[in-house]
Amino acid sequence: MQIYADNAATTQMSRTAIAAMLPYMEEIYGNPSSLYTIGQKAREAIEDARERMANCLGCTAREITFTSGGSEADNQAILSAAALGAKRGKKHIISTAFEHHAVLHTLKKLEKNGFEVTLLDVHSNGIVAAEQVAEAIREDTCLVSVMYANNEIGTIQPIAEIGAVCREKGVLFHTDAVQAAGHLPIDVERQYIDLLSLSAHKFHGPKGCGALYSRRGTPLISVIEGGAQERGKRAGTENVPAIMGMTAALEEACRSMEAHTAHLTALRDRLIHGLEKIPYSALNGDGTQRLPGNVNFCFEGIEGESLLLLLDDKGISVSSGSACTSGSLDPSHVLLAIGRPHEVAHGSLRMTLGEDTTEEQVDYMIEAVTEVVDYLRHMSPFWRDLEIGKRPHVFSK
Amino acid sequence: MALYSEKVMDHFRHPRNVGIIEDADGIGEVGNPVCGDIMKIYLKIEKDIISDVKFETFGCGSAIASSSMATELIKGKPISQALQLTNKAVTEALDGLPAHKLHCSVLAEEAIKSAIKDYYDKHQIAYDHSQFPDCKSCGHCCEE
Repeated sequence: MQIYADNAATTQMSRTAIAAMLPYMEEIYGNPSSLYTIGQKAREAIEDARERMANCLGCTAREITFTSGGSEADNQAILSAAALGAKRGKKHIISTAFEHHAVLHTLKKLEKNGFEVTLLDVHSNGIVAAEQVAEAIREDTCLVSVMYANNEIGTIQPIAEIGAVCREKGVLFHTDAVQAAGHLPIDVERQYIDLLSLSAHKFHGPKGCGALYSRRGTPLISVIEGGAQERGKRAGTENVPAIMGMTAALEEACRSMEAHTAHLTALRDRLIHGLEKIPYSALNGDGTQRLPGNVNFCFEGIEGESLLLLLDDKGISVSSGSACTSGSLDPSHVLLAIGRPHEVAHGSLRMTLGEDTTEEQVDYMIEAVTEVVDYLRHMSPFWRDLEIGKRPHVFSK
Repeated sequence: MALYSEKVMDHFRHPRNVGIIEDADGIGEVGNPVCGDIMKIYLKIEKDIISDVKFETFGCGSAIASSSMATELIKGKPISQALQLTNKAVTEALDGLPAHKLHCSVLAEEAIKSAIKDYYDKHQIAYDHSQFPDCKSCGHCCEE
């Protein structure tokens, strides 16, 4: 059985999105900046797409900037808010310890340029409270950036409440909605969002394409120079096919959101209940305030990369927050942020289900994970130490 | 190119010499759970020959493969030869490891040395202490 359960990493493109792209590769391939017909047709297409994207988010077309993806949108949102803040002598930014690196690394860069960054602690259930934001806001705070849903543990943040706090205090609010767009409702008005980043390939659109919403009156600075595209805020010939694919994918995802949420939530909970039966394991992040397709577990006594590779042998594609898979020597900063000790964070597994996932596949995954965890524990000296009481267990049986 | 060579995947999927030796003559353990890898080597020694060897490993694919290969390389060999085993030899036998995984082969070398040292200590056999530099494996992997 082949099971793709890494939909938080990327998704399969939808037929609708592919179909929406093809005409702009085969026929209407003109440069939207060109004045002749196939150029202008491409221009019309992306302006129409901008309007439709805006409808999905509850904003106006002028407030949408197309980017190369979520990371670029995050960079541009934060750097723009920082530039605006600096002009007003406000150089304090609030964010959280478990943001995506596109946010954290941009903040690091700003720290080197004289900004002060407060990273809020994350509660052990993977959620940041609006009260924490309210308490952290200062006179010189120019931006609050809190992700809508976490990319590893899927926990959903109280975005509307945080937005309301920011609006009341007159501070710009950015949310990295890369994991949320197409999966959770977005209404930038009701949620008091000033800046929002999204990425097409997380909701069955193409890779290398994203969008940044910026509320009217929140001027963007250009991160990529060299042309007047996107009202001078993002140089480079527009990726017309990708923009068309992203728009079609987001519309489709928003239309089907209710049905998908019901389907995925049922499967997610089935998977959680199945994996909870493995002794000395624990779900990471809140059990209900999480993305409908996200399951993330830690298993004591084993290491995530070997777990991932053995599951791959069984046809299951998943990811892990172990150091060995993170490309660094430390395990996932998200798992550390919610208080998981290093040795447990190394044994994490993220399974993110998709709309095509079936109950049968979930049952197969439960069986496979249970078997592989057991196998790896039997060759683990760390597990032996836990079993004989030489080291203390972290989780209960 | 895949992350790991065919050899690494073979030893990872079908690790040789997994287990413990109840009446081991020497046991060596290196690494720690915070770093994400621990290797434990059990030796049975008869007339200076490693007559049996088993391992237990907590770690990633290359850690398991390195332990498996290292045990294969010393099984049936005289202690003097096992002491000569380098992480480079383990890596080469595995047809290479990704650069950020080389520390796994270092752990394997150190685990074997540690087990031999334990054998010497337990059996009160005199040895040259310079052969067994302090185990740096943990610092090695966490501070690299």
